[in-house]
Amino acid sequence: MVSLIPQPHPRERRIIFENISRPGWSNDIETYLAHGGYEQLKKALGMQPAEIVDAVKAANLRGRGGAGFPCGVKWGFIKRDDGKPHYIVVNGDESEPGTFKDRYILHNDPHQLIEGILIAAWALNVNLAYIYIRCEFPHAAKIVWNAIKEAKARGFVGKNICGSGFDCDIYVHQGAAAYICGEETSLIESLEGKRPYPRIKPPYFPAVLGLYMSPTIVNNVETLCHVVHILRMGAAEYAKMGTPGDGGTRTMCVSGDVVRPGYYELPAGAVTLGELIHDVCGGLKPGRKLKAVIPGGSSAKVMRADEVYKIKTKAADGTMVEKEVAMLDVVMDAASLASVGTMVGSGGVMVMDDSRDMVWALNNLNQFYAHESCGQCTPCREGSLWMSKVTTRLLTGQGAANDPATLLNVADNIAGRTVCAFGEACAWPTQSFLAKFPEEFAALAESK
Amino acid sequence: MTSEATSRQADQIPADLLAEIEERITHYPVSKRSASLPLLHLWQNHFGFIDDSGIEWIATKLELTPVNIYELVTFYPWFRREAAGKTIIRVCRTLACAMAGSYGLREKFCEAAGVDVHHESHGFGHAPPTSPDGKFSVEFVECLASCGTAPVCLINDELYESVTPEEVPSIVKELAAG
Ligand SMILES: Cc1cc2nc3c(=O)[nH]c(=O)nc-3n(C[C@H](O)[C@H](O)[C@H](O)COP(=O)(O)O)c2cc1C
Ligand code: SF4
Ligand code: FES
Repeated sequence: MVSLIPQPHPRERRIIFENISRPGWSNDIETYLAHGGYEQLKKALGMQPAEIVDAVKAANLRGRGGAGFPCGVKWGFIKRDDGKPHYIVVNGDESEPGTFKDRYILHNDPHQLIEGILIAAWALNVNLAYIYIRCEFPHAAKIVWNAIKEAKARGFVGKNICGSGFDCDIYVHQGAAAYICGEETSLIESLEGKRPYPRIKPPYFPAVLGLYMSPTIVNNVETLCHVVHILRMGAAEYAKMGTPGDGGTRTMCVSGDVVRPGYYELPAGAVTLGELIHDVCGGLKPGRKLKAVIPGGSSAKVMRADEVYKIKTKAADGTMVEKEVAMLDVVMDAASLASVGTMVGSGGVMVMDDSRDMVWALNNLNQFYAHESCGQCTPCREGSLWMSKVTTRLLTGQGAANDPATLLNVADNIAGRTVCAFGEACAWPTQSFLAKFPEEFAALAESK
Repeated sequence: MTSEATSRQADQIPADLLAEIEERITHYPVSKRSASLPLLHLWQNHFGFIDDSGIEWIATKLELTPVNIYELVTFYPWFRREAAGKTIIRVCRTLACAMAGSYGLREKFCEAAGVDVHHESHGFGHAPPTSPDGKFSVEFVECLASCGTAPVCLINDELYESVTPEEVPSIVKELAAG
C-alpha cells in the first residue's frame, strides 16, 4: 500500500504530516478523535463564517495545488448569502510529475481533510462537496469514502452537523487517468460527466461560475488540511511559521538523485535549496555533483547548479538593492522562487546530478505533455507533440542543425495562446531547459 | 449493435452491480450526468471493458445520448473497448521513475509476463499489450504520484514501490500463481 513514514528530520515542522508520523497512527476516526480530531470543526460552528474567511486571509495561506493563489482571497469571492447553491470541489487529482504529498494525506489521514472541508463548507455556505481522486489511487478512494461514512455516523457529515442545524454531504468522485483533470475547470467538466475540456476564461474563477454553473471553490487536498491548523493555532501564530506572503508550513516532495528522497514538511522559507538537498535529503549520491533542479513540479522552470541570480531586494533603509544569489542559496518559499524566475508550484522538487543528460530529461517531460494535452487548442495539441518529436529526434541522432531554434519557436508559440495554463506548463520546461543548458542541445544538433 | 444478443454486456448485469449503480447515481442529486464516469468505472470493473451495449445502457440510464458516453470512453486513457489481461501491470514512465530505470523495468515485466516488448500502442479504447494466455497486460503510464520511491508500478490495485529489475520475475510468478 503506502510506504512507511520516515522519521521527521530535525529541521522539519510537521503539521499536516503530524498525525501520520505518530507511532501507531491509524486512519480510523477513533484515532483521529483521540488526537483532538473534529475539535476545530466544533469551534468553527460557533464562529461567524466571515471570521473564518478572515482568519484564512490573515494566515497568508496560499493554495498548494500549483498556482499558489491566496486561499482567503479566493474564498472571499463567494457571497455567502446570494441565494445560490455553493459547492466545494477538492482537487485530489495529484498528477503533476514530482508531486506526491496528497496521496499520503488521503491514505493515512482522511479525517484531517474531511474536517478541513467541513470548516470551509460552513464558512462558505456549502451543503454539497465532492472529493475528486485520481483513479490510480483505488485504495485512497475506498479509505476516504469509508472515513466519510465514519464521520457521518458520528454526526460530523450529513444533516444537522454537531447539532448546529448546518447540513453538508461529501462524496468521492474518481477520475480516469487524465492529467488535465487536475486543471480546475477541466475537473469541473469531468465531474459534470462531460468530456473534460478546460473552460474558456473569463470568468477566471469557478468561484463565479463553477460546478453546475454555481459558485464553487476548488481547493487542493493539502490546502484544506491547512485550514484546520489555522483555526487550531490561530491565524497569527500559523502565519508566523512562514514568510510574510507565504504562511504556514510547506510540504516538499523530493525525488531524483538525492540520498534520501521523500516528503518533508518545513515552515515556508525555513531552508534554502542547498539546505534542503544537502542537509535534509542527505546530499547527492557518492561521487556525484548537482546539475539541475526542477523546484515545483515538472512544469516549473529548471534551475542550473552553477547559476547565480541577480535579484532585487529591499535594504534595511527601504531602498531597492540588487543582490547576487547562488542557486543553492535560493530560499524555498513562493516569493523567493518567483524572484529567480521559477515557482514553488506543487512542491515537487526533482533533483538531477551530473550523470543526467538534459535533452533526455526534457524529452521525457515532453512525452508526458504530448500524451496529456487535451487537444482542445491547436498550439498546445500540435506544439506539445512537435516538442516531443524534436527532442526525440535529437536524442536518436536524427536532429537537424536548427532544431534547438525550432524547439524554442514551437514553445514560444504555445505559452499565452491557449485556453488553459497547460499551455504554459508544457512550454516552460522546453524554454527553460534550452535557456539553461543550450550547449547540450547544440551538441546534439551539431553532431548530426 | 452488431454483437449477438447473448454476448451483450447489457444483457448480463447482475443484481448487485445494478444495485451499486442505482446507489451511485444518488451521489449526484443535482445532475445524473455526473454519474457517467462512476458508472463507466463500475462497468469496466465488472466486465473488464466496455462494449457498445454498455455505452448505450449507461446513456439510457442517465437520460443521455450514447455519444455523451462514447466521448468519455475515447477521451480517458483508463477505459477500454476490449479485454485486457487479468493482471494489469502499469509501470510509471515519467521523469523520476525513468531516472530510476523504469524503461528497463517495463521490458523486464514484458519478458517475465510474456508480453510483446515492442508493442506499445494502446489507448483510444484499445487494451494495452497482453500476453497470449490473457494473464497479463503491461503498459507505461504517467507519474503515479510516488516519485520519492521510484521506480514504481501499479499492479491491479496495488502500488509497488522501489521496484528492482531483479525482483520482477518473482513478482510475476507470484501474480501468476495468485
Ligand atoms: C494542467 C494543470 C494541472 C493541474 N493539476 C493539479 C493537480 O493535480 N492537483 C491540484 O491540486 N491542482 C492542480 N492544478 C491547479 C488547479 O487548477 C487549481 O489551481 C488548484 O486545484 C486550486 O487549489 P488551491 O488554490 O488550493 O491550490 C493544475 C493546473 C493545471 C493548469
Ligand atoms: S492548453 Fe492544452 S490542455 Fe489546456 S485546453 Fe488547450 S489543448 Fe487542452
Ligand atoms: S515519476 Fe513515477 S511516480 Fe512520479
